[in-house]
Amino acid sequence: MAARGIDRDLSLRLDAIRRAHGETVGVEQIAEVVRALLDTMTGDISASDLRLYREVESLAEYIHAAKAEIAALRPGEIKNDFIASATDELDAIVGATESATNEIMDSAERLESLAPLMDPEVAERMTEITTRIFEACTFQDITGQRITKVVRVLKEIETRVEHLVEAFGSDIDAPGADPAAGAKTDEDLLNGPQLPEKAADQAEIDRLLASFD
Amino acid sequence: MAVDKNMNVLIVDDYKTMLRIIRNLLKQLGFNNVDEATDGSMALQMLRVGNYGLIISDWNMEPMTGLQLLREVRADPKLKPVPFIMVTAESKSENVIAAKEAGVSNYIVKPFNAETLKTKMSSVLGDF
Repeated sequence: MAARGIDRDLSLRLDAIRRAHGETVGVEQIAEVVRALLDTMTGDISASDLRLYREVESLAEYIHAAKAEIAALRPGEIKNDFIASATDELDAIVGATESATNEIMDSAERLESLAPLMDPEVAERMTEITTRIFEACTFQDITGQRITKVVRVLKEIETRVEHLVEAFGSDIDAPGADPAAGAKTDEDLLNGPQLPEKAADQAEIDRLLASFD
Repeated sequence: MAVDKNMNVLIVDDYKTMLRIIRNLLKQLGFNNVDEATDGSMALQMLRVGNYGLIISDWNMEPMTGLQLLREVRADPKLKPVPFIMVTAESKSENVIAAKEAGVSNYIVKPFNAETLKTKMSSVLGDF
């Protein structure tokens, strides 16, 4: 019977793919199996073969549509640009708050060192104030831990996107159009603060301005 | 018995800023002999060679967490009696229960203030 022949053929092809690729089979290999299966369905075919043919055909279309939709999301760009950039920005926040907190504490400690020079009553009041400053500085630790959690979530998303790209093959990872190309709009210029290592300092800005003279 | 404010206090946190904050708050409470460690394993080494009257430790650190440090301390006959206060942002009840089961003396949730630190220290050391 034709259906039995197809089952055998399918089974043999699946075994061959398992031997070649293990249990993880890429979408390209699945499409190849579907194509090969369709090739076998020549000559007299029964009504049930025809139903199977339609099911397989719609499955192939579904896979191609899903692949096209995922490719449109440009997963490579999400992983390499968006997530990497967000992680760097968050690291910069932690660095900046840590630096600011230390400067605040330096100042509070310098104030405290003046206590012996003051009237005891005033010194006590000042100590109360510096205590409030030290307490308020604990925000930095909490902020840092919250941001670390967000970075962990981003890394998880990055890993999953990577797996998606691996499963669907490199052709969905083709670079999209460069958003930096073409005319800049006012919105394109809203970049926000630059990361410390990328930011121009005042001297560089002055040099740039002077270059217009 | 009066609390000996000259006792050695070990503070453990992987955030240098937090170590500095706790050190300053302890100084204002009159405790000036304060040593610092940045994770549990470093703290354990210091505890085994030093003589400490109080441990104030964060929970979330690598490679050895505050909870692991607490278990090591409670399993060591010499260190077992040392009061151990956990100061952490981990505020779920499961965390508090785990710390209690491991033998924590008291538990402070970040962010905290000097008054809370003083109250918790008093509860394990006695009034000062």
